[in-house]
Amino acid sequence: MIRPASLILCLALAATPVFAESEEEEEGEGGFRTAVAANPTFQTECGSCHIAYPAGFLPARSWTAIMAGLDDHFGENATLDDKTRTEIEGYLTQNAADVQSGWGRRDPAPGATPLRISELSWFVREHGREVSNQMKTKAKSMSNCAACHQGAAQGAFEGD
Amino acid sequence: MKTLSLTLALCALALPAVAQDTTPAALIAGYEAAAGAKADPAAGRDLFLANHTGGKPDTPSCTTCHTNDPTKPGQARTGKAIDPLAPSATPARFTDSAKVEKWFGRNCDSVLGRACTDAEKANLLAWLSSL
Repeated sequence: MIRPASLILCLALAATPVFAESEEEEEGEGGFRTAVAANPTFQTECGSCHIAYPAGFLPARSWTAIMAGLDDHFGENATLDDKTRTEIEGYLTQNAADVQSGWGRRDPAPGATPLRISELSWFVREHGREVSNQMKTKAKSMSNCAACHQGAAQGAFEGD
Repeated sequence: MKTLSLTLALCALALPAVAQDTTPAALIAGYEAAAGAKADPAAGRDLFLANHTGGKPDTPSCTTCHTNDPTKPGQARTGKAIDPLAPSATPARFTDSAKVEKWFGRNCDSVLGRACTDAEKANLLAWLSSL
């Protein structure tokens, strides 16, 4: 049962990036906070296997490439019906690292189309020093942000 | 932030959380009818526990993520926990037909490299529902 007035409000919200606390990401000593995923379809669908990663972690061309290859998504079939896939791709590309409505000020990998957030230079730099083998075993995979960053699903990647 | 929280709460009310449109028994009956055969829980167990070679290399078996005890939680390759597949442990299992078809579509392709047949779906659900 969907109430029309509420639905309109929800759609309006879904189209607007919602930022945690301030209007943009904040870098602190041990980590940072960033936009939380504000699209319910994205959160439900992508969030069933991993946290709904912040769209601002990758440039739009990366999201386009990822969403075009869901039949082999890092070794698994993660296909979606066309309507759902189109909605999620639209959300991700409109809130990507290199577009104005996203972070709008830096491209994390100029000249490249990275498919893994964990291969970005800042990610490798931040995690290379700090993550012990024991922590890696506990997390099972570098895609499991929430194993160490308890607020990851809410966009908080502090150094906990 | 208060207004935002209220709006989000309204959204949660406005959007259906889970489309609970079916039951495990109804799904099994539907797959049996499509297959023209009774479900065979033992065949479902064998399919679930076996190692296969036709699919993607990282997912040779259902047990890769779901473990060999579907009454217990599994773990995705990403490290995220997966609720037990057995409805006795997770009552919401197999109550949303679109979700069931979505995951059969994905996982049969990942593990077997092909779609599951209606008979295989009936067998798997019959075994999981018997646990």
